[in-house]
Amino acid sequence: MDEILDGLTQIDCDILIIGGGTAGPMAALKAKRKNPEANVVLLDKANVKRSGAISMGMDGLNNSVIPGYATPEQYTKEITIANDGICDQAAVYRYAQECYGIIQELDSFGIRFQKDQNGEYDVKKVHHIGTYVLPMPNGDTVKKALYRQLRKARINIINRFMATRLLTGEGRVAGAICVNTRSAEFLVVRAKAVIMGLGAAGRLGLPTSGYLYGTYENASNSGEGYAMAYHAGAGLANLECYQINPLIKDYNGPACAYVAGPMGGYTANAQGERFIECDYWSGQMMQEFFDELQGGKGPVYLKLNHLAEETIAEIERVLHIVERPTRGHFHEGRGTDYRKQMIEMHISEIGFCSGHSASGVFVDEHARTTIPGLYAAGDMANVPHNYMLGAFTNGAFAGMDAADYIADVDYASFDMGEIDAERTRVMAPTKRDDGIPPNQIEYKTRRLVNDYLQPPKVTAKMELAQKRFEEVRDDMESGMYVRDAHELMRSLEASTILDCADMAAAASMYRTESRWGLYHNRVEYERDDENWFCHTILTKGEDGKPAHKKQDVKPYIVEIAEDERDAYYKQRVGASSVAAE
Amino acid sequence: MPLAQTATTVPVVVNDDLCIADKGCTACVDVCPLDVLRIVEKDDGKKTAYMKYDECWYCMPCEADCPTDAVTVNLPYLLK
Ligand SMILES: Cc1cc2nc3c(=O)[nH]c(=O)nc-3n(C[C@H](O)[C@H](O)[C@H](O)COP(=O)(O)OP(=O)(O)OC[C@H]3O[C@@H](n4cnc5c(N)ncnc54)[C@H](O)[C@@H]3O)c2cc1C
Ligand code: SF4
Ligand code: SF4
Repeated sequence: MDEILDGLTQIDCDILIIGGGTAGPMAALKAKRKNPEANVVLLDKANVKRSGAISMGMDGLNNSVIPGYATPEQYTKEITIANDGICDQAAVYRYAQECYGIIQELDSFGIRFQKDQNGEYDVKKVHHIGTYVLPMPNGDTVKKALYRQLRKARINIINRFMATRLLTGEGRVAGAICVNTRSAEFLVVRAKAVIMGLGAAGRLGLPTSGYLYGTYENASNSGEGYAMAYHAGAGLANLECYQINPLIKDYNGPACAYVAGPMGGYTANAQGERFIECDYWSGQMMQEFFDELQGGKGPVYLKLNHLAEETIAEIERVLHIVERPTRGHFHEGRGTDYRKQMIEMHISEIGFCSGHSASGVFVDEHARTTIPGLYAAGDMANVPHNYMLGAFTNGAFAGMDAADYIADVDYASFDMGEIDAERTRVMAPTKRDDGIPPNQIEYKTRRLVNDYLQPPKVTAKMELAQKRFEEVRDDMESGMYVRDAHELMRSLEASTILDCADMAAAASMYRTESRWGLYHNRVEYERDDENWFCHTILTKGEDGKPAHKKQDVKPYIVEIAEDERDAYYKQRVGASSVAAE
Repeated sequence: MPLAQTATTVPVVVNDDLCIADKGCTACVDVCPLDVLRIVEKDDGKKTAYMKYDECWYCMPCEADCPTDAVTVNLPYLLK
């Protein structure tokens, strides 16, 4: 294994789904159900059995809209406010209307959700305004249950192939080029439609631990979805709205105020005082978190040590077995007992992720990108605050729409030269006798991302970043060196990460205002509704560098009253807010 | 620029007395999302799984899916 082989195979399918994490499997199931004749291929860089953010399980649905607790109108309003107004509501509204059906479907797969004595879903309040968090006491079964469904539906699964570039022709998608991560052999997949569910760009910033793989996101999500969409000419929206999360320091997993909050836990400063009214993750909340750290009142902690023994035992049970099961080992190693000490938190590295913020490939309410036949869903598609249920639901939309789309089209022809060019690019690091290993290219890129791109954003620093990235790119293109197929996968990831770093800098420079709290805090500019109440769309320009345009926010479906617009900016304890409603 | 041999400690440990790679098991290698585990032949000719690359998300599928409980996931030293 890992020996570099020379080979290329071509296969054809109706619908190619890239990424078998969360959105991908649901897209595959829905497409196949709608068109049982269709040849649906689900391809993953890892093994679909245990791939993606939900690899070990999930603690709950963060954004469920359940009749009796919330309406689609309320949810759409809340997410619009949380996302500072920059939101095409159609996609959020459709999600809010249809996600309940998806919950019931997941339930029928054997993934159980918390219910009360009357058998009703037991939804908890974590958001600033409404009630949307549904715990999953046996959330460790989610991936296994999904996998069973995929086998039952006879979806063709291809593991350990990494997609590197999309193929396009006749103005639409034509397929994808993929590389085996253990042999470097190429697989060209021709497809009538392609659905991308490659997750977040999780290896963009460097975690404070300095460990390249100690990221918040599953570290196999290195951002190929973003890079592939970019090189194919698709539009990417609001990339400057970075993902930044409040996490357990060093461990870098969620502290999980969503689990602990409804049971009485909260985020506190070093004095043990609550300073934010709401623990739901948003740029505005992250700004308060940042201010507390900067203001000398940090570190910031998750506080549980005031709770009763049974409550703490229950929190431990959930947090130590499901989502990130090594969490218990981590606390044990440091001698942290929730009964006695508070849990130190910190600010994560930056990334792109619509699952948690709003940086993603532009899509509409059918999960269609700007390229016909190309879809995106989940963390990489720009439906804001998507989370897990958003990945499932928008994945379902993509699968259903693609099943219709393929009925009327044949394979698009494409230029074979694209394949030769990609083979040359991919294999270049194998043709040298020595040089710079991918981990050093990656480390340097990500360290520079931290030095110069992390908010608060400063123009002069971002300009320096762009210069340094160019130098790293020259080194990468002329001198990167790999010894086996595994390192070749890492070299392709290094190149993706550099593409994402370039996009992050360019997008942040373009929007000359501050927006989304800490996510796009540009110290030289205030929020500017007159000029910047719009999406920014980044594409690959004629010169091969990022090009930008503004795009109007579509007229709201659910109106937001003047005095509600800034509710998420009023989270500091003591500030008058709507949270108490 | 020639490469150096810099040592690094890896977080995942396999108890090779328990590992049944010799009987054809590759479960941990199959499921790891970062693809960092491999099977190797030991001095006594028997096979065992081991962590080949120090690129771990400390996520645990390898430990959870091992049929003989041979795998232990520790936290990478840099962040533990
Ligand atoms: C630690 C953590 C905790 C979370 N907790 C919660 C929670 O409690 N509740 C909640 O609602 N949400 C939670 N989320 C968010 C939620 O899990 C994600 O939003 C959702 O799972 C994203 O789904 P996805 O399909 O976009 O990405 P993923 O499920 O991550 O899938 C991406 C897939 O793409 C594959 N891939 C990547 N690159 C390539 C490539 N080049 N070629 C082929 N395949 C590739 C990967 O292997 C992976 O299988 C959490 C996320 C994390 C990271
Ligand atoms: S903990 Fe996760 S990343 Fe590390 S070896 Fe096991 S499966 Fe792989
Ligand atoms: S899963 Fe367990 S028994 Fe199987 S190869 Fe891995 S360590 Fe050995």
